[in-house]
Amino acid sequence: MTDHPLILTARMHAHPESSHTIATYEATGGYTALRTALDMGRDAIVEEVKAANLRGRGGAGFPAGVKWGFLAPARPAYLVVNGDESEPGTFKDRQLMERDPHQLVEGTIISSLANEVNHAFIYIRGEYPKSARRVQAAVDEAYAAGYLGANILDSGYDLELTVHLGGGAYICGEETALLNSLEGRRGEPRLKPPFFPAVRGLYMAPTIVNNIETLSNIPWIINNGGNAYSAIGPEDSPGRRMCSISGHVNRPGNYEIVEGITWRELIYDVAGGIRNGNELKAWVPGGASAPWFVPAEHLDTEVTKAAIDSNGSMTGSGAVIVMDHTTDMVAAAERLVRFFAHESCGLCTPCREGTTWLDMILRRMLAGHGRASDPDVLYDVSDNISPGVTWPPKMTTICPLGPSAVSPVASLLKHFPEEVAAAVERGTQVPVSIGIRS
Amino acid sequence: MSEPAEFVTIKLNGEEIQAPAGEMLIKVAEDNGTYIPRFCWHPRMKPVGLCRMCLVEVETPRGTALVPSCVQPVADGMAVETGSPVALKAQEGVLEFLLVNHPLDCPICDRGGECPLQDQVMSYGPGESRFVEEKRHYEKPVPISDLVLLDRERCILCARCTRFSDEIAGDPLIEFQNRGNGTEIFTFPDEPFASYFSGNTVQICPVGALTAAPYRFRARPWDLLTIESTSPFHTEGSRITVHASQNQVLRFLGVDNGLTNQGWLSDKERFGFEFIGSPDRLKMPMIREDGEFREASWGEAIGLVAARLKEIVERSGPDAVGAIGGAQGTNEDAYALSKFMRVAVGTNNLDAQLDDGLNPDFLVGVGSRARIQDLESAKTILVWSADLKEENPILYLRVRRAARELDATLIVVHPARTGLDDLADHKFGYRPGDGADLLADLAAGTQDYAPALDALQDGPVVVILGRTGLSEDGGLAEAVASFARDLPAASIMPIVRRANTFGALDMGVAPSLLPGRIPARGASGAIIELWGKVPATRGLDTAGMLAGLVGGELEALIMVGADPVRDVPSGSKAADALRAADFSVAIDLFMTDSAAMADVVLPAEGFTEKEGTVTNLEGRVQKVNRIVPGPGQARPDWSVLDGIAESMGSPIGLPSSEAIAKEISTVATAYEGVSWDLLEGEAREGAVVPIGDVRQPLEYIAVNAEQPARTKGLALHLARTLYDDGSAIRHSLSLAKLAPGMTAGLSPDQAVDLGVEAGDLVTVSIGSVTFACPVRIDRALADKTVAIPFNQPGIETLDAAASVLVKAGGSS
Repeated sequence: MTDHPLILTARMHAHPESSHTIATYEATGGYTALRTALDMGRDAIVEEVKAANLRGRGGAGFPAGVKWGFLAPARPAYLVVNGDESEPGTFKDRQLMERDPHQLVEGTIISSLANEVNHAFIYIRGEYPKSARRVQAAVDEAYAAGYLGANILDSGYDLELTVHLGGGAYICGEETALLNSLEGRRGEPRLKPPFFPAVRGLYMAPTIVNNIETLSNIPWIINNGGNAYSAIGPEDSPGRRMCSISGHVNRPGNYEIVEGITWRELIYDVAGGIRNGNELKAWVPGGASAPWFVPAEHLDTEVTKAAIDSNGSMTGSGAVIVMDHTTDMVAAAERLVRFFAHESCGLCTPCREGTTWLDMILRRMLAGHGRASDPDVLYDVSDNISPGVTWPPKMTTICPLGPSAVSPVASLLKHFPEEVAAAVERGTQVPVSIGIRS
Repeated sequence: MSEPAEFVTIKLNGEEIQAPAGEMLIKVAEDNGTYIPRFCWHPRMKPVGLCRMCLVEVETPRGTALVPSCVQPVADGMAVETGSPVALKAQEGVLEFLLVNHPLDCPICDRGGECPLQDQVMSYGPGESRFVEEKRHYEKPVPISDLVLLDRERCILCARCTRFSDEIAGDPLIEFQNRGNGTEIFTFPDEPFASYFSGNTVQICPVGALTAAPYRFRARPWDLLTIESTSPFHTEGSRITVHASQNQVLRFLGVDNGLTNQGWLSDKERFGFEFIGSPDRLKMPMIREDGEFREASWGEAIGLVAARLKEIVERSGPDAVGAIGGAQGTNEDAYALSKFMRVAVGTNNLDAQLDDGLNPDFLVGVGSRARIQDLESAKTILVWSADLKEENPILYLRVRRAARELDATLIVVHPARTGLDDLADHKFGYRPGDGADLLADLAAGTQDYAPALDALQDGPVVVILGRTGLSEDGGLAEAVASFARDLPAASIMPIVRRANTFGALDMGVAPSLLPGRIPARGASGAIIELWGKVPATRGLDTAGMLAGLVGGELEALIMVGADPVRDVPSGSKAADALRAADFSVAIDLFMTDSAAMADVVLPAEGFTEKEGTVTNLEGRVQKVNRIVPGPGQARPDWSVLDGIAESMGSPIGLPSSEAIAKEISTVATAYEGVSWDLLEGEAREGAVVPIGDVRQPLEYIAVNAEQPARTKGLALHLARTLYDDGSAIRHSLSLAKLAPGMTAGLSPDQAVDLGVEAGDLVTVSIGSVTFACPVRIDRALADKTVAIPFNQPGIETLDAAASVLVKAGGSS
């Protein structure tokens, strides 16, 4: 079950020097799926993707085929590929863009065809210039070869594909902020409702936003059939997916995995175990905004969407950040919260003020000025951003960025209260005369 | 809008209520007596859901959810709790977050005492803060324009100011910058917040982040006396509140009654209050003696005026006396002037307009008068008038809203670029003097004009018309009206200059009209009973009177709040006329350029110093109120005129403003029932007098309209700007410096012909007046045209009818 030939990274393993070129891509079966898709017609493509039960790889894990079904009938419609991979610890889309850009381009063309889209966009994170160069080169090659532009392969289907480099803001990975950015506006999320992208997206037209990895799966699905894809791995989250493992492991990097193994297998077998033979202390199972897992509770649970969800976290972007016993968990939480506070767009009050406040408290604790009231204040500020501090999070904010900053704080308070207490204990309180609520 | 609203039933805090489908929850709750706290939500702007203050708990299929009620439309069966523990906790949390970085400098903050943040923290906020870290710091305050200062530390980033500037005013000059905790509102580099509407952002700021230079640190809100009144600027009749302390007027704020200004004010009408307290106000009557003015008592001054007028009437007849003005005061003042001239003097030589308006007979007879509110339902709007942004800024906002938010088709016709051009579906320009040709083409729907004519067939149509510039004949507007009033469901809104011109016309301050817009030759009924015999021959208008003074037919001129030297299009001729006058008297607030040439100058009470009524361009009668005493011995116009009449031995019997109001409602049938009690009670938003039904044949139609000579040289487009050298602005220190100054607007080709570029100096000669000024390129201008702003500081008064020459080069 957990063993299946590579899908996403097969070509880059086989042709490490040239996997990004059209010559290698075509020589290894590239663009055959496009020809097949053009013959199949759009309904059949959608059926195959639905049958594959391909879940979105951007974070939310929503089935791609179902998402396509929400696209409003008005035209023009747009397809936007989200390559604004900015979540700390996530670096899988970068590899897919740099090493196999044609796979992405072909997936994008097929998906556009399936959704009657005549103009698609690939939005790439501002700090990924190499990805942008490689994808742009691939797009140029595809245009030259007749896979893009007017009347693709004499099918009568037209598609323009625009590569756009972002300005370097995490918030633009949020789909509506990404659309704002693509339109040339400030990268700020839009209100949902009424601005659901499937109805009022890019330029207020119906828009599909899919992740890089999601669409990179499409050529394989068309070539091999949706049922073949859904047969791989667990029924609820089938297929192969990218997993970026970083932190205190011996072999950090991207791994293309099939879900169903345990965390122990992933960390100790796949990633080579903890550095220096140290003890595992905790790990982030699905990107910086996911609640942490700890060995005592989770090491022998399964790496499947269903298991991770039921254990109170998420698969997210597939980023696993491993921390060993030398880690100061208050510092770890502070670093994650600082990231979110820095990346808050500043639009809504709880996120703008709350995330910074959380970070200020954690920094003060680290600087040796913790206060006895800090744990309560940390919890209550978190509660005012994400009421109940539950999972999946509720929010007082416009978008999930605010609750993302709450995750590390909640995990810290839940799993490492003694480290919080120790930080407070160490504290030499600076005299501040403002009253503290008891 | 006009479609009938569908109603849904929702449960608000356990109580079932009916609400229009699609209405936002926050509004529905408020309409039903439940206030949900808010900062970013404003009833006149699109909701954005930023501040998160209005979070409430809504029952959903997946359990209860906290939703911002400002962006949550009501739906059938929705159950809402606005005060549940979870909602209250969220609201308290948001307030604590807002206070994290908000400085607690309330004791020195202008907003303190009337601050939504203060108020809502009191009602919904935590008792104390748990925030012990350092607050965010910025340089403060930063002037972002000549009128507005920004304190970024106080700002809670609700985006009210940025949305107002973008959505409502069309001046997106302030914007969010940076991100996260460093997010700030700021202007763009080297671009000040130079909007004609910037003061509105100060009024709607929910904290003291934006403050107005004219009001900063001048008062605490709890020390202010407040009255409601009507703006003394612009003919739209904006509703305002006047705030004063210790007999000083300190600010005006806009009031939203939905019908006129919708709460907004132009900066001119917001900050123009400064003239009221100017140290230059006239305080004592002045009599010219041996060429110099000296102070005099009222008894002496009035006695002198009465004696001179009587002497001239006896020597040369009543038609040797004329009066200009009356459009800057109240209806009661205008009525007194009208009665004074007819009864005490015995002439129809009086005119409220300064040769820059429209024929009063036309204004009375145009028919199908539009109301401002008609813009809400108009499908097509034709604006063929002065640049509304410069002269009628409130109308500009309302037309802008109709075109932008309500999808009306907008057609703008004007010789130069106007503030509405960017929103116009069709914009037509023409060389001044060629307007009749353009009208003929538009009416025939030839070539380029076909789509516009098609749009004009799609009613309801609202036509806003007036003189596009001071060098253009008023007959063109009448020609436009004769074309427009036969369009489907067309209503017409003629606009003229000065706040109460329409009121003055209604009071008969016109050569051919008596109060109630009755033609002077057909006077009968109550007016004859009260006034006795009235002169029946048509009198002289302003241009006629000025010419008469020079020609000798007219010997005496009375100016009531009028400064013809600065204000008529051919001011140099007005100066000649005053020099030629045997006797002239000015009743005014200031020693204007014209008053300085008079024989007697009498100090008048101005706005906020007297009570009365005014009438706006749609015929809406509203109350103006008194909150401060006038300076020195200033008296209201009506009282001065009553005193002169008494002294002349021909009393007009006007004992008080309120008594005049009663007499008006007896004499002018349209004003019947329009009592002060009504206007202060159930009709605070004003009562519209029925003037819309009179439709007389237009005598002044296109083909007869006399056009200015089509000069082979340059045509002059002489247009007013919002800020100029008028006496109210000259004496409002904050605004005086904002007049744009002289420029010469040229088309790009014209500039090339002259060999000049934008900013280069050119020498302009208009008649005998020559000045140097920089070139401004206006792509909307026709070739062989020069556009000059009217009445700018430091420039001699011009003659709009004179020929104009422009040469490259010059020294300023």
